[in-house]
Amino acid sequence: MHKLTIPIPDEEIRALHVGDTVSLNGIIVTGRDAAHKFMIEHFIRNPVAPEDEALYEELKRLLNGGVIYHCGPVVRKNADGSWTFVAAGPTTSIREEIYQPEVIAHFNLKGVIGKGGMGPNTLKACQEQPAVYLHAIGGAATLIAQSVREVVAVHKLEFGIPEAMWVIRVEDFPVVVTMDSHGQSLHEAVEHESKARLEALLGV
Amino acid sequence: MQDLTDAFVELVRRAATQLPPDMEEAIRKAKEREEPGSAAEGALDTILKNIEMARERSTPICQDTGTPIFEIHYPLGWSTRALAEQIRKAVAIATERSYLRPNAVDSLTGENSGDNTGEDFPTMHFHEWEKDTLHVDLLLKGGGCENVSAQYKLPDARLKAGRDLEGVRRVVLDAVYRAQGKGCAPAVLGVAIGGDRGSSYIKAKQQLLRPLDDRNPTPQLAELEERLYEEANELGIGPMGFGGKTTVLGVKVGTQHRLPASYFVSIAYMCWANRRASMDVTAEGEVQYA
Ligand code: SF4
Repeated sequence: MHKLTIPIPDEEIRALHVGDTVSLNGIIVTGRDAAHKFMIEHFIRNPVAPEDEALYEELKRLLNGGVIYHCGPVVRKNADGSWTFVAAGPTTSIREEIYQPEVIAHFNLKGVIGKGGMGPNTLKACQEQPAVYLHAIGGAATLIAQSVREVVAVHKLEFGIPEAMWVIRVEDFPVVVTMDSHGQSLHEAVEHESKARLEALLGV
Repeated sequence: MQDLTDAFVELVRRAATQLPPDMEEAIRKAKEREEPGSAAEGALDTILKNIEMARERSTPICQDTGTPIFEIHYPLGWSTRALAEQIRKAVAIATERSYLRPNAVDSLTGENSGDNTGEDFPTMHFHEWEKDTLHVDLLLKGGGCENVSAQYKLPDARLKAGRDLEGVRRVVLDAVYRAQGKGCAPAVLGVAIGGDRGSSYIKAKQQLLRPLDDRNPTPQLAELEERLYEEANELGIGPMGFGGKTTVLGVKVGTQHRLPASYFVSIAYMCWANRRASMDVTAEGEVQYA
């Protein structure tokens, strides 16, 4: 089990290989469809508007050497106005494939957490940056919510609770490296091997 | 007829927050079989911890609390309309208490009803039986795994699958291969042979209510279930698709009469969070859960 603390240095990323189990610690940011689209359109492909300047600087600071989490959490608002994560399982990552490489490169991301894996463009971006794709355990919503120790801030709440960008501090968040910075994808490998076994079982 | 709304709320709470003991036991055994320190072992370990936490805190095992599917066996003379009303009310209350996530979306407007009730939602199937007691099974069927469920029409030339049990075997293995880890493996497979396209999927889902150690009374099907369990695990897809020895935790097969022209095989893919619960109400009105 590798223990990683954000910001993650490049050497530690290079030391990771597919199949490694990781316990993640530090401040991460959630983002799914709306957040990725927003970052691309407002920060990456176009000049940053004055009203977005503060958020842009904040994200640059948080994501430099940091991690983004594909998650649509269930969040409770407490009486004192603070927030608590109730359920925080991963959502399917492949929808962000069209945005992910640019987001990784622009912010110097070291990790992307989600489920189901991503495609060749993200794999290539992981190699170049370097960065890794970290697979969370689908369905383990309660456990992951428990590893969220603090909700530090929330941005873009107007996207709705699941789509907002939640800045959270996690402790011992369990994930598995399924795409590494050496061009390996566990998803491709398992698919390939299981295909051979299927063909053997079916005699085709 | 007594008002069972509260009893149904409790049934929903149990289904959403407590994984059945046979499922938990099967995951525990699977974890022991995996390579120590492997991603597969780690995934199952996380799943087991999550199951325990959810039970202790009475919070949903998974945030996708799925489609609630009720199978209701009722005695002669009971009103199914009244039962349906109580169930819908109970589901709304359970949503308010956060046992269920609001999961019912209007297919035209995209609007979430907010309380898990809507057009044909939740799913209910009523069966009158000869006993004087009420028996209700509830299955919470997740969306991610529903997306990888599959239906085949035999013969299937690509898979060399004919209209016999060997053909069934071939398409079921193909479905498990295609799903990879996307349905949150390890899975339980409910398989139905025959019927029409609609009845076949219903039958396949009903198989998921059988306990894992329930042996099929039809010897040929019992044999097929065992063989598919072994062979699906030989594919090596593993928990979450990380690779490993555990791809399925159980396979349950049922049959239906079919038209001469059709031969369907439906595979209801159920994630490790195979949330089922049942309840009995005696003639005296006493409620028991299992
Ligand atoms: S497939 Fe099952 S475990 Fe996975 S997210 Fe859906 S309901 Fe949860």
